[in-house]
Amino acid sequence: MEKFAIDNMNLYYGKFHALKNVNLHMEQNKITAFIGPSGCGKSTLLKSLNRMNDLVEGCKITGEIKLDGEDIYGNMDVNILRKRVGMVFQKANPFPMSVYDNIAFGPRTHGIKNKKELDRIVEESLRDAAIWDELKDRLKKSALGLSGGQQQRLCIARALAIKPEVLLMDEATSALDPISTGKIEELCLKLKDNYTIIMVTHNMQQALRISDNTAFFLLGEMVEYNSTDAIFSAPQDKRTEEYITGRFG
Amino acid sequence: MADKSIKTDMNDEKEIRAINKVSFKQRMISYKRKPLSLLMLIIVAAAAAISAAALIFIMVYVLIRGIPNLTPDLFALNYNSDNVSCMPSIINTVVLTLFTLIIAVPFGVGAAIYLAEYAKKGNRLVKIIRTMAETLAGIPSIVYGLFGMLFFVYALNWGYSLLAGAFTLAIMVLPTIMRTTEEALITVPDSYREGSYGLGAGKLRTIIRIILPSAMPGILAGVILAVGRIVGETAALIYTYGSATGYAANPLSSGRSLAVHMYVLTNEGLHTNQAWGTAVVLLVLVFGINTLSAFIAKKLGNKKG
Amino acid sequence: MRLSRFRERAMQGVFFLTAITSIAAVVIICIFLFCNGVPAMAEIGFFDFVGGQKWAPTNVPASYGIFNMIIASIYVTAGAIVIGVPIGILTAVFLARFCPAPLYKILKPATELLAGIPSIVYGFFGLMVIVPFIRENFGGNGSSWLAASIVLGIMILPTIIGVSESAIRAVPESYYEGALALGATKERSVFKTILPASKSGVLAGVVLGIGRALGETMAVVLIAGNQVQIPNALTDGLRTLTANIVLEMGYSTGLHRQALIATGVVLFVFILLITLSMQAIKSRSEKNG
Repeated sequence: MEKFAIDNMNLYYGKFHALKNVNLHMEQNKITAFIGPSGCGKSTLLKSLNRMNDLVEGCKITGEIKLDGEDIYGNMDVNILRKRVGMVFQKANPFPMSVYDNIAFGPRTHGIKNKKELDRIVEESLRDAAIWDELKDRLKKSALGLSGGQQQRLCIARALAIKPEVLLMDEATSALDPISTGKIEELCLKLKDNYTIIMVTHNMQQALRISDNTAFFLLGEMVEYNSTDAIFSAPQDKRTEEYITGRFG
Repeated sequence: MADKSIKTDMNDEKEIRAINKVSFKQRMISYKRKPLSLLMLIIVAAAAAISAAALIFIMVYVLIRGIPNLTPDLFALNYNSDNVSCMPSIINTVVLTLFTLIIAVPFGVGAAIYLAEYAKKGNRLVKIIRTMAETLAGIPSIVYGLFGMLFFVYALNWGYSLLAGAFTLAIMVLPTIMRTTEEALITVPDSYREGSYGLGAGKLRTIIRIILPSAMPGILAGVILAVGRIVGETAALIYTYGSATGYAANPLSSGRSLAVHMYVLTNEGLHTNQAWGTAVVLLVLVFGINTLSAFIAKKLGNKKG
Repeated sequence: MRLSRFRERAMQGVFFLTAITSIAAVVIICIFLFCNGVPAMAEIGFFDFVGGQKWAPTNVPASYGIFNMIIASIYVTAGAIVIGVPIGILTAVFLARFCPAPLYKILKPATELLAGIPSIVYGFFGLMVIVPFIRENFGGNGSSWLAASIVLGIMILPTIIGVSESAIRAVPESYYEGALALGATKERSVFKTILPASKSGVLAGVVLGIGRALGETMAVVLIAGNQVQIPNALTDGLRTLTANIVLEMGYSTGLHRQALIATGVVLFVFILLITLSMQAIKSRSEKNG
């Protein structure tokens, strides 16, 4: 089933044409990976999916992006959009508060005040993010004291706590060690039963390991989009082939 | 739809109709669900409006009441108890400012040079110096006034005098000049220093010929800021410079600065109209000085960018 | 060659000497204030001085109790905080996070201009505008705790706004983005993540504002009424430590004059405590990153 539909999308940063006529339809309960060299626009596209690009001065978007057939740039409440489309950032960004309050921040934002309910959500989210066992004894401690890998998984748990439908991951493992990366990749594979995951990665092995579909971007253009197997075994475009065989990037 | 986007692709010059502009309507949709957020926005904007209104109200009120009182009498060359001319106090203020700067600038700039160019980072002494400068900056002007009176007026036996006032204020503005000068010195790129050393110039020569000139606008902005404080100061001057009505003819004679003159007028309560006029003169002076400082600092910023 | 080496060393010495002037200044100020103030405290009796409620320096025998003035200084400062702190912090939030760029170009210099207005002008304005307003609307003779609180509240605004704004701006943008990405509104993101994260900087601004309010003299002396009493109502007058010094120093002699200097010592100690706590806050926030 189709979750996100991007049609004829162009994006400008001032005069710079950052994304050129992108057409991309992404499926539910699948992991879609965006790959490409730095500056190709893959992160920019990801941020357009939960309207985080609104924060960038001079950013202009044309075309159409639909979530479940609903125009996300239309009359949809942007806060509801972001509740439905969660995001994990490149650099773990836990709030300077306790582990518990970090997870509870989202639910509280969306009106859940009952302590029992919050306790339940916190535990469930941490379990879903496979970090409950590590953190259950330090829920009241500051999240800033956690290791980098733990912080990132905490951020994933925080995103899961608002029960999103889609999870955007912007190079979420690029700052982590291989063991933490492995844990998060495992987590993604588990999560896709319930969530649609769209990830930006510069690590092609990672895309190959966990994604179902892959889109390759170059200089603001979406060059090729296909099942991950097809992209990596039989790329249609010469530029894709050059990139995945490591000739540039 | 497809045609349209291709067209925008080809004519980059043409106005792009962006879909991601957050319209007022979209914003209201969000706020309808979260009225508390709208309330917070209103409160925050209201606070800013109050701050701005306070300034505008004071300024406009003083100007409206004061400008009609800017009579030629108010600027008569000689003070008497009828015209309560502020001319002598203006001149006194100018002289006081000059004396204060002559004392404070060498010390302030010298100290900043030491901190920025000579002192090693993390040095205990440097820490102490900074702490002391911060302490000086926090001391209220009335305490400076007390100290100036005890030390310069009585202990050194200068009496209420220009010198006593100038030295008191010099200590008061020292931290301002130190801080702004040090900031200006730090922003001078290291490449300037390296370039100068590379040509075989010594440290002293580098500082005097290369670093000080390029930091000059920042230093100047700080000095002018200090001038603003000097001109506006009252409490530190009443018991050091005194409040004699005439011109302070020599460094050991007393005079009143414009701000002190204004205080005396207000306290006597006999010349309210003239006090309004004097307030305008004082405001215009201080704002002119501050604007000049901001202008110079901004020019420095532009040059850097 | 040797001459130039000598010159280098000599000038370094000169710069060093100028650098330690601030230490020398603080030391001399302390010595002179304490040497002149402490003997008076001893003569009056420390507790009679600090705890005494009667200030009658011209009576025979004279009484030198400054307790009411200590309380008055605290009251006036508290009033200024009640008015200045919320408005100041919220204005800082507006400037840092909500203000459109064109408006910022006007509003920011405006808050700085507020800092440039000389305190005598604040005092005069308070005397001519706020005091009559209070007299007509709230009773009393107008020169009051309330008048002083309002004027001081405005006077500490620029300090609080300036320090708080830079503290708010120093908070990593990632907190804000993280909150937005969870579906929080802009306002919630700012008030629940950015403002808490900037609290030690904001606190430093408030403490600095407290110092300003406590030490302010010229504005207060004109509008606070200057009665030596603990006010029962906002419309009652009071006399602060600073006002006491400036009012009576001109004609005082002997022990009376020394008692005024001792009043300055008490004020100075208060300010030193504030400066110390200020530095403690700063070093703590630096440690926490």
